[in-house]
Amino acid sequence: MEKEEVKQKIYALVEKSMGKKKLKSSDIQKTVSAEAGISRDEVKDALKDLIDDGKLIYTYFGGSFVEIPPKE
Amino acid sequence: MPRKYETPLLDELEKGPFPSFVTEIKKAAARNDMAADELGQLEKSYRERRGYWKHGGIVGVRGYGGGVIGRYSSLPEEFPSVANFHTIRINSVSGFFYTSKILKEMCDLWDKYGSGLTNMHGSTGDLILLGTSTENLEPIFAEFSSRGWDLGGSGSALRTPSCCIGPARCEWSNIDTLDINYNLTQEWQDEMHRPAFPYKFKFKTAGCAVDCIASIARADCSIIGTWKGTIAVNQDEVATYAKNGMNIKEEIVDMCPSGCMSYDGKELKINDEDCIRCMHCIAKMTKALKATGEKGATILIGSKAPFVIGSTLSWVIIPFIKMEPPYDEFKDLIRKMWEFWDEHGKNRERIGELIIRKGMREFLEFIGVEPQPQQIKEPRRDPFFFWTEADLQK
Ligand code: HEM
Ligand code: HEM
Ligand code: SF4
Ligand code: SF4
Repeated sequence: MEKEEVKQKIYALVEKSMGKKKLKSSDIQKTVSAEAGISRDEVKDALKDLIDDGKLIYTYFGGSFVEIPPKE
Repeated sequence: MPRKYETPLLDELEKGPFPSFVTEIKKAAARNDMAADELGQLEKSYRERRGYWKHGGIVGVRGYGGGVIGRYSSLPEEFPSVANFHTIRINSVSGFFYTSKILKEMCDLWDKYGSGLTNMHGSTGDLILLGTSTENLEPIFAEFSSRGWDLGGSGSALRTPSCCIGPARCEWSNIDTLDINYNLTQEWQDEMHRPAFPYKFKFKTAGCAVDCIASIARADCSIIGTWKGTIAVNQDEVATYAKNGMNIKEEIVDMCPSGCMSYDGKELKINDEDCIRCMHCIAKMTKALKATGEKGATILIGSKAPFVIGSTLSWVIIPFIKMEPPYDEFKDLIRKMWEFWDEHGKNRERIGELIIRKGMREFLEFIGVEPQPQQIKEPRRDPFFFWTEADLQK
């Protein structure tokens, strides 16, 4: 699967759970790798890009989560 | 000019013989607005008997999931300069060796961008910069990273590994603590900066069982140097210690936890088979005693400060492992442990708590380590291992 596609899947997953459940990095890795039938390392790698581009950010609320950055 | 506050309660903490953090904050407060308001808010906390810091949230440096700890005042109108007062963790140097030139440079930068207050080092092992605003985070990170520094760990991630000074200055060290610390830090950059664990994970490496960095109480994984051979005894030096007034029976023999030493006034004998490598005798009689033979480390897992089930000390998982670069055997073992934790750990559950919840048997089976007598949870208690039905049928 193309990395772009994996990135879209990750973003869609985070977007969908916004306001309902905060996702941890490992939740994303487990869910997306199972759904897309790819390795966790591939998911990790795509997630890395999304974070480095600022599309997603890490937040901390008693534990570390991955979220969409707040609109200014 | 920074604001000035009356601080009668904090002033009490300047009395007495100890160094006082209040005195240090006051020095910074004379020329720094953030430090001044910090002092004002702290005095109010003491007066009202409650804390006014909020924490967590969305704050950090692009690309990093940790290294910046969000802190906000809950009284931003009253203390505007500490409305944001974030802590920055800088990955410390193995063994905490710095040149004074570098320390001065860091302090100058911190005076410019932050409160001027530092903490060297926090219990985490990081070099801590205390208090700056959200806008200053990216600029200060740019200044530090351009000089070769990096952020430390925070959140549900690998925390900045730390170690004792080891072979750099200490003859007791059985392993190269500094190299191990540096190597693990480099190996696991992603695990440090991109939090993906159920909760925090700390490595601390001590060269011997004296454990100067208290790894046994403060690290999820303690790496403690040890040896396989005997303790070589130089009887002439033993005699010198005795001549200089050491009561060898009381101070050494009777204090040996495994009772494996004897002394008849002339010769000190050690039954090495029963020695548990606690370092007591070697630390007391350095000139007379020396560890010999193969060197390596004992790997312990599980310590943490009080949380859900109270505080715990690490316990032995691997009694002896060679610790030589590139440390592949050790790293593979750790990866297995993380896999177990990733699979079963709940949010905010430390690996030690998980092992207690799931049982040592399941943990050892998963990581592929045989149960061994050294894995006792504490002395004179039952081994922390239970047999399966299948084992019993054998
Ligand atoms: C009402 C009867 C008994 C009670 C309430 C009792 C209770 C205990 C307790 C509380 C311990 C300490 C456990 C620990 O260290 O956590 C212990 C240890 C022990 N008990 Fe008993 N016990 C009883 C009878 C017996 C009998 C009849 C025997 C042997 C025939 C026995 C043999 C032992 C042994 C060998 C230990 C271990 C001692 C050690 O760790 O050095 N007990 N018992
Ligand atoms: C129904 C029979 C028995 C019962 C209920 C019993 C009970 C116990 C208990 C409660 C302990 C303490 C465990 C602890 O420290 O946590 C213990 C330990 C011990 N038992 Fe038994 N026991 C039995 C039979 C035996 C027999 C037959 C022997 C030897 C012939 C024996 C030898 C020992 C020894 C040496 C320990 C100490 C182990 C250690 O230091 O950790 N026990 N037993
Ligand atoms: S832990 Fe042991 S090796 Fe390390 S500095 Fe202390 S005494 Fe030396
Ligand atoms: S190292 Fe500890 S257990 Fe070993 S002989 Fe010395 S005092 Fe005894």
